[in-house]
Amino acid sequence: MTKYIVRRIFMLAITIFLISVVTFAAFSVIPGDAAITRLGNNATPERIANLREQMGLDDPLIERYVNWAKGAVKGDFGESFQYQGYQVSDLLKTRISYTALIGILAIILLIFISFPLGILWAKCNGKTSGNIIMILTHILMAVPSFFMGILLTYIFGVVLRIFSPGRCPDPGEDFWGAISYLIFPAMAVALPKVAMVVKYIRNAIVLELENDYVRTAYSKGCSENRVLKKHVLKNAMITVVTFMGMVIAEILAGSIIVEKVFSISGVGKLLVNAILNRDYPIVQATVIYIAVVVMVCNTAVDLLYSVMDPRVKIDGQ
Amino acid sequence: MKEILKKSILLMMVAVMTTALCACAGGKSEKNSGTAKTDEITSGGSVVVGITQDLDSLDPQNAAYAGTREVLFNLFEGLVKANSDGDLVPAVASDYTISDDATVYTFTLRDGITFHDGNKVTVEDVKYSIERYAEIQGESSAFSIFKEINIIDDQTVEIVLSTANTEFLSQLTCAIMEESNDANAETNPIGTGPFKFKEYEPGESLVVVRNENYWNDPYPYLDEVTFKIETDTDAAMSELQAGTLDVYQYLTTDQADTLAGNFDILHGSVNYVQALFLNNDFEPFKDQRVRQALCYAVDRNEINELLFGGYSHVIGTNMIPAFGKYYDEETESNYSVDVDKAKELLAEAGYEDGFDLTITVPNNYQPHEGAAEIIVEQLKEIGVNATIDLVEFTTWYDDVYCDRDYEATIVAVDGTLTPSSWFEKNVSDGANNFTNYNNEEFDSIYEQAVNSTDEDEKVSLYKQLENILSEDAASVYLEDPANIVAVNSELGGYVFYPIAAQDMSVVYYKK
Repeated sequence: MTKYIVRRIFMLAITIFLISVVTFAAFSVIPGDAAITRLGNNATPERIANLREQMGLDDPLIERYVNWAKGAVKGDFGESFQYQGYQVSDLLKTRISYTALIGILAIILLIFISFPLGILWAKCNGKTSGNIIMILTHILMAVPSFFMGILLTYIFGVVLRIFSPGRCPDPGEDFWGAISYLIFPAMAVALPKVAMVVKYIRNAIVLELENDYVRTAYSKGCSENRVLKKHVLKNAMITVVTFMGMVIAEILAGSIIVEKVFSISGVGKLLVNAILNRDYPIVQATVIYIAVVVMVCNTAVDLLYSVMDPRVKIDGQ
Repeated sequence: MKEILKKSILLMMVAVMTTALCACAGGKSEKNSGTAKTDEITSGGSVVVGITQDLDSLDPQNAAYAGTREVLFNLFEGLVKANSDGDLVPAVASDYTISDDATVYTFTLRDGITFHDGNKVTVEDVKYSIERYAEIQGESSAFSIFKEINIIDDQTVEIVLSTANTEFLSQLTCAIMEESNDANAETNPIGTGPFKFKEYEPGESLVVVRNENYWNDPYPYLDEVTFKIETDTDAAMSELQAGTLDVYQYLTTDQADTLAGNFDILHGSVNYVQALFLNNDFEPFKDQRVRQALCYAVDRNEINELLFGGYSHVIGTNMIPAFGKYYDEETESNYSVDVDKAKELLAEAGYEDGFDLTITVPNNYQPHEGAAEIIVEQLKEIGVNATIDLVEFTTWYDDVYCDRDYEATIVAVDGTLTPSSWFEKNVSDGANNFTNYNNEEFDSIYEQAVNSTDEDEKVSLYKQLENILSEDAASVYLEDPANIVAVNSELGGYVFYPIAAQDMSVVYYKK
């Protein structure tokens, strides 16, 4: 177990290193830089040259990377280019709470909606109620989350006025207020994923139901619910958990566009703006945050595996 | 497909309404500083203004984006400042004189004027601010003629120029800042304007509150203004409809129609020259006749109609109508749509079969794309086969603006209240002459105009420049785009400026 965790941490470090190198390199290849975007098209070449020097953009690529990495290792991601005088870590700190809350709410929604629905669908597979669920999931799956976001804002924000778009309270000050706002973006993120997971759960259960042991269980006199609960679900869940792991990682890392639609000052919005402004200190830090989240999720799923299925040994022979 | 349908319907409408439109071709149909007087004014209240562009700096002397200057206009003032008519009026200074040879500008500080933190504005602060700005602007700017600033007594400063220049006053709208706040200029802006800084969340919002000690009573009316950065227009639309935002600029006509019930829709202009800029070094465009042919082929009224519902001001030269006396209206009618004439000119120049043309368009402002699409269609009529190359703004800046590696481009250029700023981009050896325009006559008249100290002569020289650009068809000048603004209908007093400014000090809640 320890060996496994050590190996995972080691892999995390390598992944982060590679990701930071790639982002860094990408930023030196794409046209334009922070000095130009900041000064606009009326700037004299002289001013741009000064600012470039000040930002250290004229140093060789490797030197810039090493300078950045030295700080980053210590948790110091430097100062933002776009917002001068502001530390990247401070900018991220206030925003992570929003993004994390959306992610957690979305996961809760995902679990509480998709499991009952998936099981229900498997139970009434082929019946009218099953077909209704099928149509519903197909519709949800076809709607991308940003469009779902626009729809939800319009229905709940503009028509019903349940929340006021653009006025999200700070979770630190008004936690429940923030939740009642963030539940909508969480819905926008979760619903398309719910559809996928529901379908996945249903398929896993239906496949499992065809196994011989199910017939045996029935012939022993087990009720349908007991067969599902005691035998089928446990086996079906193994594949579902893998899939959920991927989906959850995606949710935690990927509320990017939805944040823009709901005008939430989260990590995603910061990242998009930073890319447009060529503000690579922010981009680097954000990308690393996302990488860590994804890696941690995957690790958690692997661990969960061994708990659920005794055949899986984590130390991996 | 939708585009084509929309276009043909609009074309029909244009045909029907031509006469009606001619009557109100002015564009600024509702520049309504006048209507405000009929409402009763309440003092107090707070307003949320949605702004379409992120702020690049809270240091007014370092801020480059027009969107930022618009906001900081509420916090900072120069020795003089622009009013909504584009005139320069005393602000931090209460009075000024310009020597007859236009080399010495003398300013008297306004009595008792203080910074937001309560400290008096001193002549040392003024000297510090002007020198700081001169250093930031650098040698190749309009500040290159700035020689020195001298403190005469504790109320008076004089600014000395190395050469005579009557236009320098508009440079002195640069913000007066407090010397003791030098280290915090980026994070804690302290000025003399009608509102003072309260809090700033980078990328999100800037909150300012009423400056109780503002010298210009009774302004400001409002207690608090939040400038909320909302770059996503879809999100902005729902926030407007839900009542989160009170003011939002740069709407499309469709968006304005959606909001019309709960908002006053005002039409101003963005004060930019939007044009199909031609690289005069691109082989076909070396010939004046080809450039003129394009001017005859492009229907500017159609662009205005399709993109802005007719609210833009169609122009014919590199100058905006808001400039009043410097603006020559005649240039607007130099070219009317005439496909035969255009073809004739092309044939004379040896391009009877037309040629291929790539129009590079930056993706930062939708109407550029829109205009490009329309122009591509219009140029087909004269056999010019144009294609659009849509690029990111930074790419545009590198390739088009810096390297001048392009054939034609659609962008908007701006200027300041200094008339010469609108023409410096066309001077043959100018650093920003990205169209590679080369005209000796233009250069020499420009030189005369800048150096002239006689106002009437100056006006006539600048008008000559406008006519040269128009007749020589330096580029295909399109329009000064409309700025359609939604303002909460409970608010009154909103005015447009001919410079980048969103003045919230004059806005109030109606009784």
